[in-house]
Parts: sequence; structure tokens; C-alpha cells
Amino acid sequence: MRFVKRMNYLQDIQLFKYHSTIGWYLILITAFLAAPLVMGTYWVSLLILIGINIIVALGLNLVTGYTGQVSLGHAAFFAVGAYTSAVLTGKFGVSFWLALPASGVVGALVGIVVGLPALRLKGLYLAIATMGFGFIIEEIIVQWEPITNGVNGLSIKRPSLAAFSLASDKHFYYLVFPIVLLSVLVLKNLLRTSSGRAFLAIRDSETAAESMGINLAVYKTAAFCISAFYTGIAGALFAHFMRFIGPENFTILESISFLVMILVGGLGSVHGSVFGAVFITFLPEGISLSKDYLPTFIGQQAGLQAAVYGLVLLLFIRFEPLGLYGRWLKIKFYFENFPFYKKDTFRKVRKFHRTQKQ
Amino acid sequence: MTKEKKECSFFQVTDLSIQFGGILALEKVDLEVQRGEVHAIIGPNGAGKTTLFNCICRQYKADSGRIYFKGKEVSKLKPHQVVSNGIARTFQNIELFTNMTVMDNMLLGCHSKRQTGFFSDLVFWGKAQNQEIEFREKVEKVIDFLDLQAYRNRLVGNIPYGAQKYVELGRALVMEPELLLLDEPSSGLNMEETQDLAFSIEDIKMDLGITIILVEHDMRLVVDVCDTVTVLNYGRLLAHGRPTEVVKDPEVVKAYLGEEN
Amino acid sequence: MFIQQVINGLAMGCIYGLVALGFVLIYKATEIINFGQGDLMMIGAFLAFTCVNFLHLPFLLSLLIALVLMGFLGKIIDRFVLRPLVGEPAFAMVMATIAIGILLRSLGGMIWGYDTYKFSAGITDVPVRIGSWAVSSVNLWIMAITVLLIIVLYFFFNKTKAGVSMEAASQNQLAAYLMGIGVKKVFSNIWGISAMVAAVAGILLTPIQFLNYNMGFIGLKAFPAAVLGGFGSIPGAIVGGIIIGISESLAGIYLPRGFKEVFAWVILILVLMIRPEGLFGIHQKKRV
Repeated sequence: MRFVKRMNYLQDIQLFKYHSTIGWYLILITAFLAAPLVMGTYWVSLLILIGINIIVALGLNLVTGYTGQVSLGHAAFFAVGAYTSAVLTGKFGVSFWLALPASGVVGALVGIVVGLPALRLKGLYLAIATMGFGFIIEEIIVQWEPITNGVNGLSIKRPSLAAFSLASDKHFYYLVFPIVLLSVLVLKNLLRTSSGRAFLAIRDSETAAESMGINLAVYKTAAFCISAFYTGIAGALFAHFMRFIGPENFTILESISFLVMILVGGLGSVHGSVFGAVFITFLPEGISLSKDYLPTFIGQQAGLQAAVYGLVLLLFIRFEPLGLYGRWLKIKFYFENFPFYKKDTFRKVRKFHRTQKQ
Repeated sequence: MTKEKKECSFFQVTDLSIQFGGILALEKVDLEVQRGEVHAIIGPNGAGKTTLFNCICRQYKADSGRIYFKGKEVSKLKPHQVVSNGIARTFQNIELFTNMTVMDNMLLGCHSKRQTGFFSDLVFWGKAQNQEIEFREKVEKVIDFLDLQAYRNRLVGNIPYGAQKYVELGRALVMEPELLLLDEPSSGLNMEETQDLAFSIEDIKMDLGITIILVEHDMRLVVDVCDTVTVLNYGRLLAHGRPTEVVKDPEVVKAYLGEEN
Repeated sequence: MFIQQVINGLAMGCIYGLVALGFVLIYKATEIINFGQGDLMMIGAFLAFTCVNFLHLPFLLSLLIALVLMGFLGKIIDRFVLRPLVGEPAFAMVMATIAIGILLRSLGGMIWGYDTYKFSAGITDVPVRIGSWAVSSVNLWIMAITVLLIIVLYFFFNKTKAGVSMEAASQNQLAAYLMGIGVKKVFSNIWGISAMVAAVAGILLTPIQFLNYNMGFIGLKAFPAAVLGGFGSIPGAIVGGIIIGISESLAGIYLPRGFKEVFAWVILILVLMIRPEGLFGIHQKKRV
């Protein structure tokens, strides 16, 4: 077991509790920086997808995991970001380096609009409302042909930095990786200040949060706004990475898969967002790799991926509601308190459901 | 409302009424509290005590009536603005942020004092960092004041009920209010804890100079710590005065014990 | 033209209403919103389809078999998926129902393939003349069966002991439990009934739409219906469904292209912003 001797208040608000942790993270970052040098293109493109998913997961976790506002419409923000960047660079010849922040900002503006019903709605009603927004934006993309090219989709070019083209996946990776790092850092910062605590407070008890002087309207909108900004940025990166986007990339299923990501990873945790993104990106790859080894009548089913998806989700909700991050914490706890871990250390107390009808 | 009256009373409620469906939860209630007092509101269940608190904190919108605090009308504020005007409250059925530590819960009490915006929080450098340290100092002082050191880093949902009550009180104290509303602070506490609570309330009044209004059922606590008492029954004001006098008031006895035939 | 569209919308609205009814039943009792309701509908329709087309059973018998099987399916979902989750936050429950939806949809695809089928559900489509308008008999059947189902459910919930105990359990689980009502059994039955209602909706839908493993998505449109009616009100669900159905149908001819698909959602958002408790809902304040 390790103990921390608290000498000053600054120590309490550090990102890393122990010095050794900083070392581990530095090693990890170096490893990821070096990764494209030793990996094949397939793996690098997977890493890029993971990176994009991490940004979305961070954003969604802020609004759903931390603030407790379930959103079933994040694919819409993702779409808005993707199309903003695609249209700005493709149709108006704006530089990618301006289009990227612009797509974040446009995403955030849409986020504010979608966040407005959140001020009056609680829980599942909000989930349904955001789902509605998702459908509406999907339909706008289909119908607004002069800008979005409708169901035919848009082709997008990879950006370049001065004379240095980012056309290859390996180069694109070096664009995505710093953005992911920055996103993590900024969210971590936000979460250790009054604003971050206010988000958590809203999740746990709106009444008490209000009596702390937290303006629910401002904070809920802010959560949606920041979350949509993240998702918009991720959408722009996704568009330039895929080089082609169409409405079918941004359906309700995509929103659900984002939610699955944070649920499997761990609600309300930055680590969880990363774990979830990695897991969900690898899952389809893992399934297609294992197809050859499965009996034909299972392996050749077209619906296999969806089925595995649903099953994984159910198993996580049932057996590890805290997600991969919860599992990680338990394993860590086991080793840190080595002989003292008991089977029931993390057993949950069952409570009767308290009715809170609206 | 005359000017003279504004100056003399610290906290004043006039003519407050609120209706739920067909039920008059509060009917023309008046209340006056002087600076530095501990004032108790008592009454049978359903008398409208908590409703009165909810109206003061703007959780419910009163149908009519005004509330003045230090000569300023606070009955038109938004719920989140009440705190920055110097009124803090606790809840009857503890409303803590159950998935956070005691420390974080109390840090939230500092929220109304924050000076930074979202952008400086995102960067977390300079001002945001200093503010965070300042808040922590403030919370540590309250933790010392209420002897909560043992629980500092525990999840609030996992600590004993009595301690949770104290954390909620602490959270309200961190807000540095001038007026503190305590909703049944002793409910669910045992004799010993209630005794400690009485001392804490004395300390809050003496050392911190905070005016307190409390809703309470434990008459011993009321007689021990309170300077004045208001009795409510079915949303109406029944009696008002010093605790020892009020408990002898025949109307009050009737409301509590029923009529003798 | 106008009247024709209204009647088409009315029929479609009845189906939305029936799916919404499924949501409402489950929500009332268990406070779970079942995102898999549409997929239950799909399974129910396919079961009846299989009985008629592959086992060559008469339609009414097929309907009965489909209903019984769906009742069991509902109970199985409750027993093995949702009961172990009692006490988890609502979000987990919702995700569980989404997972059920995904599973059912892929299961449907695996069993019945990804093609689109035509299934007339024992109703022959003949135009019926009422005064000067020609109305499709399919639409009349849909409306008649919906009305019948509502009457049956109304009597069940208000007049029978089982129904009243369900109502009690939905209002206060703990109190109902202490009164000797088997809350688990009630939930299980509610899931069964809700799955059966979904099956009826699915079977009624097939004559006007096609049968496809993806038809569960139509069920999502029942959300606006349920919300409009005030989540938790049985007549509200049907009225909401009918309003959504008719306005959607009219939007298809009077508004520009694309509006028909999203009109239900536009209504939903407007309702949520203006009157979140819906037409028949009751607004309750949270006590502190």
C-alpha cells in the first residue's frame, strides 16, 4: 500500500497522485508516438479510429456520465462536425486548420440548441428528445442536397500542413494523437475545478445543486455545448480520415454505439472513455478476424456483429455496471491491498426502487 | 412596507401564501427574525414548515407574499441566486451528492464564491488553481470546526447517517451564509448526537455569528438552543414568542395534543 | 384526397398508438422505457407470418400462437434481463432494453433473413364505400381491432383483481409488495401483455407496410405518440398515436419533401418544450 503525505493544498489538485504515475504516462505517450514507425497501416488506421472515438467518448461522458443527461443524439453532433469541415474545405476552399475549430464551434452551437430542452426535461424524456433531434438532423442532411449532396455523400481531401501532406494514415495519426491528448487534458482540468464539480452535482441531486448556487440552465447547456464541441471536432477528423461521408454514417445506431462505448468503458470517468473507445473499435475487427474460426452457420451470419454487440452490452450492464474502468479499479485495489481483498469488498447493497414519476 | 420596518428586521416574511391543488399549504404566514438569533419553527406534521423553507429558497414559487433579507427583497430571485445573497439551507432527507467524497461535497459549497469562467477552468492555470487552493483551505477550516477529519476522503454515501447530517451542515457553512436554514437537523440522530448538535448550533451562533432558522420536532433541543419560536399549524401561524412561553400556550398544546373535552 | 389521407393517417396512428401502449404499460409498472418495443413488434409479426406461410395454419390459430409465444418472450426478457437489474439506475435499464432491441433485430435477421416479405395477415384489401369515399378495408380492420384492444385493456386494468394489483404495483412498489401483491409476478405479466400488444401492432402493420427485420424502427415513432399522450396514460398513448399518424400523413402531402419522416419528431420536441407532461399526464413536483 502506498500513502501520500499531504504537505500543501496544491498536492490535492495535481493530476497525478504519485510521481511514478507521471513516469508511466510518459512511457505510454512515447510508445504511442513511436507506434506508426513499427506498425502496419491497418493498425495505424485502427489507432486513428480509436483516437476519434476517444474524443467522442470524452464528450459524451461529460454530458451523460458526469452531468447525468442521457443523450441519444450524439451522432447528430458528429455529423454536424463532419459536414461543416467537409463543406467548408470542399465547397468554400477554407483551410482545414480553420475548418477544424469551426466544426467544433458549429457543433457546440447545435449542442446549445439541443441542450435547451434539457433545461426542462429529466432523464429518459431527454433521451427521447435528443433522439428526435438526431433524426431531424439526419433528415436535414438527406434533404439539403445543394450543401450536403444528400444520400450520395461527400468526398473529402486529407489536409496538409504547409508543404507537408497528411494524406497517408501514418501522417494523419500525428494530427489525431495530439488532439486526443489535448482533449483528455482539457477535460481533466475542467473536472477538477468548480465547474466540473457542478456537473457532478447536477447528476447527483438537482435540488441540492441549485441550493449550492449552481445555475442549472447554464451548466446543463454548457455540458451539452462542450460535449458537442468535442464531438464536432471528432466528426471533422472522422470526415477527413474516411475521405467520404454520407448520411448512413450518422444514424441512431451510431448514437447508440457511442453510448455503448462509455457504458462499456465506464460512466463518468476519463479512463473509461479511453477503454470504451478501444474496446468498441476493436470489437468489429475482432469479430471479423474470428469469423474464420467459428462454425460456418454462426460465422457467416450477417447479423453476427450486431448480436455480439447487444450481448456484450447486456453482459456489461448485468455484471460490471461500472464498465472496464470499474474492473480496472478492482484489479488495482486487489493488488494494492494484497492479502485483504475479500470477495464482497465491492458488493452492492440492493435497494428498493424509489418511485420518482414525473 | 415602511422604511423603518426594513431597517429594524434582519429577515422578514410577510403574508406568504402557497397553494398545492386545493390545499393551502401556507396561508398568510408572517415571520420575523433578528440578527444573531436562533429561531425555531415548530408544528405538527404537514403544518407547512418545510414548505416555508422551500419558499424562502425559491424551490417553490409562493403565490403571494414577500420575503425580505437585510432590507432587500429576495422573493423574486432564481433558486440559484439565493445563496449568493447569504442564505444557505440543509434538507430534511439529506440531499448530498452521494457519489462524491465528503471533501468534494463541501467544496461545492464554495460554488457561489467562484470567480473563474469556463475558459480559465479549462486551462487550469493561475487564477483557477489559486482559487481551488483557497476553496480547499476554507473547507478544511469547516472540517476542523465540525470534527469531520476522519471522513474527509470517504464517499459520502458510505459514512454514517449522523456524519452525513454534519457534512450537509458543513456544506452549508462553507457557503459562508448570514442566514442558515436547518430543516430538521436532529431527525435520525440519537440522544448523544442531538446533544452534540445543540453545542454545534451554539458554536455557529457564537463563533461564526450566523443567524439560524430551524425546523425541529425535538422540543428539548428547541428549548435549549432557540431564542424565539414560531408555531405553524395547517399552514397558519399559531403562536410566536420565547420557547418557554410558547410551549405553555393553550392553542399550541391543543394543536399538538388534541382538544380536551 | 384530404379525407383519404386522414383515414390513412388514422390507421397508421392506431399502430403507433398500439406500440406506444406497449411502452406505456411497461413504463407505468416498472418505470423502464423499453426501446426494444419495435423489435418485439417485428418478432410478433414474423411469428404469425411463419405460422401462416410455412406451417400453413389458419390465420386465427397463427395469431393465437404468435400471441402466446410473444407473451412468453416478454416474460423471459423480464425474468432474465430486467429482474436482475432492479435497483440499477434508469440509464442502465434503458441501455439494457436497447441491447434487447439489437439482439432481437439480429436474431430476426438470422432466422428470417434480410429480405422483405409481403404478408396480408388474413385481411383481404377491398375498398369499402362509405358515402362518397372509398376506404380500404385494411384501415377499417386496424381501427376496429385497436378499439377492441383498448376496451379489453380498460376492463382488465379497472375491473379485474390482477389488473388493479398491476396498477397498485406501478404506483408504489414497496407498498404493493407489503400488501401481498407479488411485484415480480406483476412485472412479469406486464412484460407479457406488452409483448402481446406489440405483436398485435406488428401483425396489423404488415398489410400496410412490408415485413422486414428492420421494421422495428417504425416503433421508434411511437415515442412521440407516447410522449404526446403523457407517458403513463393508456388513452393518451392511443390519442397521441392517432394525432401523430394523421399529422404525419398530412405533412406528406402539404409540406415539402422530407417533412413527413421527421414530423413526428418535430411534434415531440415541441410537446416536450411546451408541455412536457403531455396531453393526459399529471405534473408532479419533487418533494425535498
